[in-house]
Amino acid sequence: MTATVGVVVFPGSNCEHDVVSGIERAGGHARLLWHQDPDLGDVDAVVLPGGFAHGDYLRAGALARFAPVMAAVTDFAAAGGPVVGICNGFQVLTEAGLLPGALQKNRGLRFVCATVPVEVSSTTTVLTELAGQGQVLALPVNHFVGSYTCDRRTLDELRAEERVVVRYVENPNGSLDDIAGICNPGRNVVGLMPHPERASDPLLGSVDGLVLLRSLLHAAAGAGAGAGAGAGPLLSAHDQPPISL
Amino acid sequence: MASFELLVEVRRREGIADPEGATVQRALPALGFDTVGRVRMGRAIRVEVEAPDEAAARAVGVSLANRLLANPVMEDSEILACRALPGAADAAPGAGEPR
Repeated sequence: MTATVGVVVFPGSNCEHDVVSGIERAGGHARLLWHQDPDLGDVDAVVLPGGFAHGDYLRAGALARFAPVMAAVTDFAAAGGPVVGICNGFQVLTEAGLLPGALQKNRGLRFVCATVPVEVSSTTTVLTELAGQGQVLALPVNHFVGSYTCDRRTLDELRAEERVVVRYVENPNGSLDDIAGICNPGRNVVGLMPHPERASDPLLGSVDGLVLLRSLLHAAAGAGAGAGAGAGPLLSAHDQPPISL
Repeated sequence: MASFELLVEVRRREGIADPEGATVQRALPALGFDTVGRVRMGRAIRVEVEAPDEAAARAVGVSLANRLLANPVMEDSEILACRALPGAADAAPGAGEPR
């Protein structure tokens, strides 16, 4: 079965078409979802793409979390559906309480735009299940608000539960513990600052993102088969309600 | 009901890096402000609220600061001021008061 990925468009998103074409290059179907949509339709996974949702007004992701579609995304995630937030999408997921912690302005107030080595720290998530443990991927980062932070207890939990999904080999932004991406306790919600969709074709300079997009499609196919029963393969064992802010 | 204007301050929590404040702090001695110590950068937001009294207006301010204006993971918020706005009954049209 070919999985269908819904890509949420907020006013100010700008990577939605990149994600759609990256998903298609990885062998899946994708379609755009509008932030005012009250439901997700028949999708097997959701991606919140990069950009500047609502202009990043107030804080990156702070207003997007109140979009009607986010209630549907939250329900989908709670049922074990795969949800991935890339860059601005990661910021939205933390603001929405679907992932812990927050993204703050980069160390030195420096906008980073580079292809950087990123190491896969956990392969038991919907975004990394086909990747190798410790595999180093060349992925583009392109952000100003990408320095991950959280309190000590949260960091201890992330480490103990191996919920740091990807780490920078050379920290470009001051992120705590070199964190480039994390997942929720159910391991079906993943947020990361690097852009796998921008490393999905030789013309783009790297195809290292394809293994992540294929992982998502793989997980989506599994979750689709189990949807309703609420039991994707990796997904529902540790389901917890979202952390409220 | 009366109208109140709240001044809400949002600032980074202690222990959270504040690169903007640090940058401003470093720039000040070069301008001769060598008596200035720590600088912290935040934001201030004015909000108008309809409420029966000041305590109720402040409570609304605290609630919306916690839910939206500040991200509690990295920011604290405080209601710095709350003042009653002249109501419709008090506003004398054409009174020409200097603002």
